[in-house]
Amino acid sequence: MSTAESAIDIAAAIRAGGRSAVEVTEAHLARITEHEPTIHAFNEVTAESALAAAAEIDRAIAAGEPVGPLAGVPIAVKDNLCTKGIATTCSSKMLEGWIPPYDATVVQRLAAAGAITVGKTNLDEFAMGSSTETSAFGVTRNPVDHTRVPGGSSGGSAAAVAAQFAPLALGTDTGGSIRQPAAFCGVVGVKPTYGLVSRYGLIAYASSLDQVGPLANTVADAALLLEAIAGHDAADATSIPQEAPRLVEHLDDGVAGLRVGIITELMGDGIDPDIIAQVRAAAEALAAAGATVEEVSVPAVSHGLSAYYLIGPAEASSNLARFDGVRFGLRVDAPTTNEMMVATRTAGFGDEVKRRIMLGTYALSAGYYDAFYGKAQKVRTLICRDFATAYERFDVLLSPTTPTTAFEIGSIADPLTMYLNDTCTTATNMAGDCAISVPFGTDAAGLPIGVQVLAPALGEATMFRAAVALEAAAPALAQGEPDHR
Amino acid sequence: MSARITGDDVAHVAKLALLDLDAAQVEIFTGQLAAILEHAKDVEALDLDDVPPTSHPYPLVNVLRADEVGPTLTNAEALASAPQAEDGRFRVPTILGEAP
Repeated sequence: MSTAESAIDIAAAIRAGGRSAVEVTEAHLARITEHEPTIHAFNEVTAESALAAAAEIDRAIAAGEPVGPLAGVPIAVKDNLCTKGIATTCSSKMLEGWIPPYDATVVQRLAAAGAITVGKTNLDEFAMGSSTETSAFGVTRNPVDHTRVPGGSSGGSAAAVAAQFAPLALGTDTGGSIRQPAAFCGVVGVKPTYGLVSRYGLIAYASSLDQVGPLANTVADAALLLEAIAGHDAADATSIPQEAPRLVEHLDDGVAGLRVGIITELMGDGIDPDIIAQVRAAAEALAAAGATVEEVSVPAVSHGLSAYYLIGPAEASSNLARFDGVRFGLRVDAPTTNEMMVATRTAGFGDEVKRRIMLGTYALSAGYYDAFYGKAQKVRTLICRDFATAYERFDVLLSPTTPTTAFEIGSIADPLTMYLNDTCTTATNMAGDCAISVPFGTDAAGLPIGVQVLAPALGEATMFRAAVALEAAAPALAQGEPDHR
Repeated sequence: MSARITGDDVAHVAKLALLDLDAAQVEIFTGQLAAILEHAKDVEALDLDDVPPTSHPYPLVNVLRADEVGPTLTNAEALASAPQAEDGRFRVPTILGEAP
């Protein structure tokens, strides 16, 4: 079989008995065996447990037992989501070899839906980065161009989907960590509404911003996966206690009359002109499909990045205090407990994690709290207000996902320059809203461009409708262009 | 906003965060953190006096479950990944200079 098939088609074929889950899993594992040495999307490939789970699906179908909507569909899971009995590392020496004693809620839901986890994907250490270059276990290569980064922090998940190692992947998005790698690798990435997907078993980076979400080759596959993992979870106090929106059944409802606003602040300085041109083309495509399109100013979006790089690190400095060599993970021996903790944290964390812990500690420290963290929280209020005002007049907003296309491995050494990758994405996390990146055309070098559709909290159904329309209108890859996948 | 972050500030913050940096690392991190904080100064021009802070996307209230015993990890499961354990507890080196 071809590994290019969609999750929806694979699930349908398996349910109908036309294909076995074991056969599908074997085909994807064979593709991983062939290309993973080059791409390095995974920290661990779980071939044995994947084949066992697939055999169980085949047995259930043969016995006429009901199976879930993702029965037999391979999926790659970001390595900051806890998997019982399977190492979960956050791509950090701090957790190298750590075996969680429980499954994250999303991992439980994947199993209940019948999905087959084929491996744990590489990420920037503790999800802090935009390139997977901060991983303690080596960089992931972009399947479209092996000299370039896949983006991050969910770079392994985006690369796994782009390389057809699995039609689906789970990522996490704190400031753009699903959408940016999706854009860089030419796949679909969704940051769901804050609280829509449980974070129980997600190793926290910044708790008021983190959200788990899908990556896929098609918008419909992403919707199918989001439906499978969304919904209230009593184990997560921030989980929204109401029914999750229905998505798949509304995908083809069309965009006639949909009010679309292009965010003015994200269409100028610092954004690659090729990307701006594709966002305009995407807007025209939506207009041609019956939507009304206008520009709209969302002023506080311009300050999203500054506020994010105070709030995110502040929360990280608190969350990562738990890694102290006492209960799990690395311990570097020393005569006293305090010395042991210092030695452990110094050896266990990489430079980017240390940088954010120190930045956050500084922003929260006496004398600087009001000037930095306090002010960032007020900017957050402005961002929420400005989005709310825009959504009075518009159903969805449109912008680039990233300021540039995928950059070359090793080309960005300066942390602040790296942070600018998140220019278009952090504001959504600050507001708790949802957004999706849809592949739409390429730049002059043939590298994928992502167009971002933003919607208010729990506006996923409308967001997905617009995304489907964009996908249908997206320019085909140029004739004769080499397919590196 | 405030004065530029100094090497002494970075050394102090590293100590608070239980990180050990040598002099060369302090210098590198100081330059990088200064650049990031400088970029953050674009919020300085905003009039924020009357703006309330937002700490979380939604107004959260305490979420409580019924006070009933449910399934939990066993003591052995909780200790399985501990760097060192003894008698069902996590074991650490000397605290406060006492003999072990």
